[in-house]
Formats: sequence, C-alpha cells, structure tokens
Amino acid sequence: MAEIYDIAIIGAGPAGANAALTASEQGCRVVVIDEQSKAGGQVWRVKSAAIAKAPDTPETVAGNALRDALSISHAVHMSDTQVWQIEREADDWAIYVLAAGRSRKIMSRALVLASGAREFVQPVPGWTTPGVVGLAGATALIKQDMTLPGQRTVVSGTGPLVFFVASEVRRHGGTVAAIVTPNHRTEWLRAMPFMAARPDLLWRGSIWIADLMLARVPIFWGYAVSEVSGGDTVTSVEVCKLGPYGAPIGRVSTIHADSVCLGNGLIPAIEAAQLAGVPLEHRPDLGGWVPRADSDGKTSIAGLFVCGDSAGIRGAAAAEIHGKLAGLSACAFVGKGPSVAPVGMQRRYARAARFGMAMTALSIPKPGSDGLTTPQTIMCRCESLTRDDITTEIAAGAQSSNAVKSGLRAGMGPCGGKFCQSAIARLIAKTEGRPETDVPPPTPRPPLRPVPTAALAGDFDYADLPIPKPAPL
Amino acid sequence: MIRLVPDHATLINRTACVEFEFDGRVVTGHAGETVLAALMRAGIRHLRDAPTDGAPRGAFCCIGLCQECLVQIDGARIESCRQIVSGGLTVQSLGRPADG
Ligand SMILES: Cc1cc2nc3c(=O)[nH]c(=O)nc-3n(C[C@H](O)[C@@H](O)[C@H](O)COP(=O)(O)OP(=O)(O)OC[C@H]3O[C@@H](n4cnc5c(N)ncnc54)[C@H](O)[C@@H]3O)c2cc1C
Ligand code: FES
Repeated sequence: MAEIYDIAIIGAGPAGANAALTASEQGCRVVVIDEQSKAGGQVWRVKSAAIAKAPDTPETVAGNALRDALSISHAVHMSDTQVWQIEREADDWAIYVLAAGRSRKIMSRALVLASGAREFVQPVPGWTTPGVVGLAGATALIKQDMTLPGQRTVVSGTGPLVFFVASEVRRHGGTVAAIVTPNHRTEWLRAMPFMAARPDLLWRGSIWIADLMLARVPIFWGYAVSEVSGGDTVTSVEVCKLGPYGAPIGRVSTIHADSVCLGNGLIPAIEAAQLAGVPLEHRPDLGGWVPRADSDGKTSIAGLFVCGDSAGIRGAAAAEIHGKLAGLSACAFVGKGPSVAPVGMQRRYARAARFGMAMTALSIPKPGSDGLTTPQTIMCRCESLTRDDITTEIAAGAQSSNAVKSGLRAGMGPCGGKFCQSAIARLIAKTEGRPETDVPPPTPRPPLRPVPTAALAGDFDYADLPIPKPAPL
Repeated sequence: MIRLVPDHATLINRTACVEFEFDGRVVTGHAGETVLAALMRAGIRHLRDAPTDGAPRGAFCCIGLCQECLVQIDGARIESCRQIVSGGLTVQSLGRPADG
C-alpha cells in the first residue's frame, strides 16, 4: 500500500521547503521530495561532507536556517530521491520516486511543484570542449565541493550571476582571465531603480565589481564568447563584440584560459507541470515557457500548485515567499488553514518578484544572439547534431520541436532535451518566420529523470539508461 | 594588492584524503565529495568520448541533468557529479580506447 500524504512537494529549495514548512505548521501531513542530499535547492546548496570547515557565506547561513527549520518540523523530507513520473489516480496524485535504486509510489491529495530551473546556454563553436561548464552549474561545483572548474577561467554570461561566479572564483583562489557579458552598462542602469529595493545585494554586487577592477580583470561589456578552442581541454577563448540586437559583429580578442563558465540565463523546469497537463504560456520576461498559474500558485488543475523558479524565474527571495503562498493554497485545498493568504505576504511576494524579474530581464535572449551558433556548431550535445543537421530537418518539413525530436533524435538523448530544446525551438521559429509563441517545447515523456528499467523490477542496473519513446507529432 | 574579496582557499579544511582510480591513474579525493570535484582538482576534465563523433567531453551542467559526466563504476554508468567518492573506488571512462 502506497503512503498517503495531504500534500506532496517536489523540490526542497527555497520555494518547496517553505511550502513544506508552511503546510506542516497548518497541520497537514506533508512530504517534500528532493534528489539532493539536503534541502536548500540551487541557491542554498549544502556543502559536501568532505568540507570539514570553511568560512560562511550569506548562502550557507540562509541554507542552514532553512535546513534546521525543516529538520524540526513535522514535514517528512525524502532526500536523495528523484521523482520520475507523476500521474492522476482517481482524485489523488501518484508520485513515482527512485531512491537507492528502487522505485516506489507515493500518494497525495495535493501536489506542489517547486522543481526550480535549469540554465540556458546559447551553443557556440567548441562549447562541448572539456573545461566548459555552465555558469549556474559552476555555482553548484563551487558551493557543494568548493572546487573550481580550472585555474584560469573565463566567466561569461548575463545578469548578476556572472559577477557572482567571478568573485567566487577569486575567493576560492582561482584566476579570472576575463569577464564577458552580453549586457551593456545601460541595461544595468535601467535595472538600478529595482536594485534600490535590495540595498544588501546592491552593496554585495558593488564589492564584487570593485574587487575585479582592482585586480585588473578585463570586463567585456556587450560581448560574448564566440568560440572555445582546445582538444581534450580548453586552451583559449575567442570573444566578439555584439551589435545592438545581440548579433556578433566581428572577431575581437583571444584570451588564454583552461576553463570557461558559460550561461545565458535560466529556464523554468516545467516538465512536471507539462506531465500533469497544466497549460503553458510564453513569457520571455519569466525565462520562456511557464505553466499558467495565479500568484498564489494555483493552476487550472484541481489540487496542483506551482511555485518558485519553476513557475517563472523570479529569483530566490521571491521563491521563498511564493512557496509559503503555494503551501497555504494547498492547505486550503485539503481543507486546512486560512482560505486567503495574509495581505502582507502577498505584498512582500510582489515586491520580491519585481526585483527578481528586473534581474531576469537582463537575460532575455536578444533577437540576434542565435547568430553565435554557426552552421557547424553542435546544438544537441547528446547526439552531436549541428545546426546544419537541424536546419536540414526543418527544411524537410519538421515544423515543431516534437517533429525535429522524432526525426533526428535531437532532444531524445540521455539529457532528455534539457540543453537543446530552447535553442532548437528558436531556430525553427526563425527559419520558418514564425513567432516563438508558435513553437512550444516538446511534449515531455516520463521518466523525468533517467530510470534504469531494472529499478522498476527492484533490481538496479545503471547500464540501462532508457531512451524516452518518440513524442507524438 | 588590495583585495575586497578575500582569498579563502587556505581556510577550507577538508576531511582526510582517500585514493581512487580513474582509468588506472591514482587520484586523491576526500570522502564525501563528488568524483567530479576530485577529478577536476586533479586537472582531469576529459571524462569520456561522445558516442557519435568520438569527440572529448567533460562535465557541463554539474547538477546531474546533462549526463555529460557519465563514468563507469562497478560496471554501472553513473554521473560523476552525483557519485560520492570513497576510498578504493575504481572509475572508468566511457567510450575511450581503454574500454574499447
Ligand atoms: C544550477 C543552478 C545554479 C543556481 N545558482 C544560483 C545562485 O548561486 N544564486 C542565485 O541567486 N540563484 C541561483 N540559481 C537560480 C535559482 O533558480 C534560485 O532562484 C533559487 O534556487 C530558486 O528556488 P526554487 O526553490 O524555486 O528552486 P531550486 O532552488 O532550484 O530548488 C528546486 C529543487 O527541486 C529539486 N528537483 C527538481 N526536479 C526534481 C525531481 N524530478 N526529483 C527530485 N528533486 C527534484 C532540485 O534538486 C532542487 O533542489 C541557480 C539555478 C540553477 C539551475
Ligand atoms: S555534469 Fe551534467 S550530469 Fe553531471
């Protein structure tokens, strides 16, 4: 017999963990499931057990407070547990999880999705060279294992994350070869009025930039990485200036480095919401396609709630409060707690969301930024498919992400399309002169995480990474 | 030179060292960290070859999604960014000449 909870929550980041705390305070039986070993999500990722002692950062302090609160609450925290499928079963939700090589089913009356985000990287020649890691990915390596991707790193990307990562590289004893950001200083000036609401972050950001300037780290504003060179490891990086619409305009300098952090903002992780049938909308100001939901996390599907960055990229501070709001909505659904969230909480959420969206705005892809992906650039890393391969498929009649996926297997490799589908959808839209709203992401197929088929039978063998079946056209 | 962001590298204390093998080479790591972190600090970035074009690949997303960092441990394929280091682990790369 599967365990039955009032509320199940996927993700124990700031959003999901706060949803869990709020709902258990209201007397609900709550389970919060996360594949990480501890709560904290991406922003407050816990340090590994190999770190005996290290200086605290604002992220470790906030994360420890959240982990302490969760450990003394009544919420059940299933860590090291991956959700790979969700299904409706009568009026309840069936959640299939994989832990320690075994799959099992958990039942709940309400389901809160707080699965966060993943990063978007515009493919450039050489981005598959070992030593190139995602910009957000680098934060995971640095926070969890206090390890750098190399000794001399080019840090490239949009928004505040590029300065955070560069300063973390310096704090961990590495050298920042250069900072490369497609943003112009004028874009940051436009964000300033919103920054005024967060003097703490404004101050922290100013320190990072002043420190980089004192260390004479070159900062390339309005530039992008246009090519990474090297065989089995990065040896150099070429950067180029971008035109007013973000298109590369001429080759400029070569920088010697052994590693690169590369990122172009975040995309909400919406697969679970798609599986549950929540309608999507195209919101570039929230990171792309998002599940349609109210500010209290309610969706059009009874008993299903979304919050945090998986509902649209609004950042960690908004995710915390959004989690509380969605937690209360889920409580109300199962008949517990207040029917309306406190006005103060809603107001604080709106304020935090405004700040977060001003940061997200710095990462909205510009119309010409796909020009960085040359015809010979690999777009689908899993199947080594180039832009040319995909354009040929589009010319042959593939008009949707699903069609490209079943024709070429782009998006059907082990990553499940997580790192190519946004760039491919944009390519389809551009090639066919259609708006991006016309090319939704492909229909997701379970598993949400690679599940060895043997795990379903109870015996686990990692050698059986299942390839999802082709999506229907 | 004045630093506004201090260098904390020397203030990081790690647990005792353990040794494991990557393609026959002895790598030193710390129990509890990821195999990926230990390999990165040892300067090993090339983790496998892509199945279609044989080009070198290494970790990319660092959070268990992209599958670029897959390695073989005890005959099983696992993401090195999620596998925890323990002493005596034997790690092999995928698709490199060594394993045919
Ligand atoms: C790699 C990465 C690094 C980031 N680093 C920073 C940073 O340094 N600073 C910053 O301000 N913002 C960072 N962000 C942005 C981040 O999205 C924050 O805004 C914040 O963490 C969002 O909180 P959240 O609770 O909505 O999601 P998250 O914090 O992402 O939490 C979601 C949780 O859900 C879990 N999860 C998702 N799917 C499943 C599944 N199928 N099964 C089990 N568990 C699952 C994940 O393990 C994760 O812990 C980062 C984002 C990413 C993708
Ligand atoms: S680096 Fe992406 S799964 Fe490990």
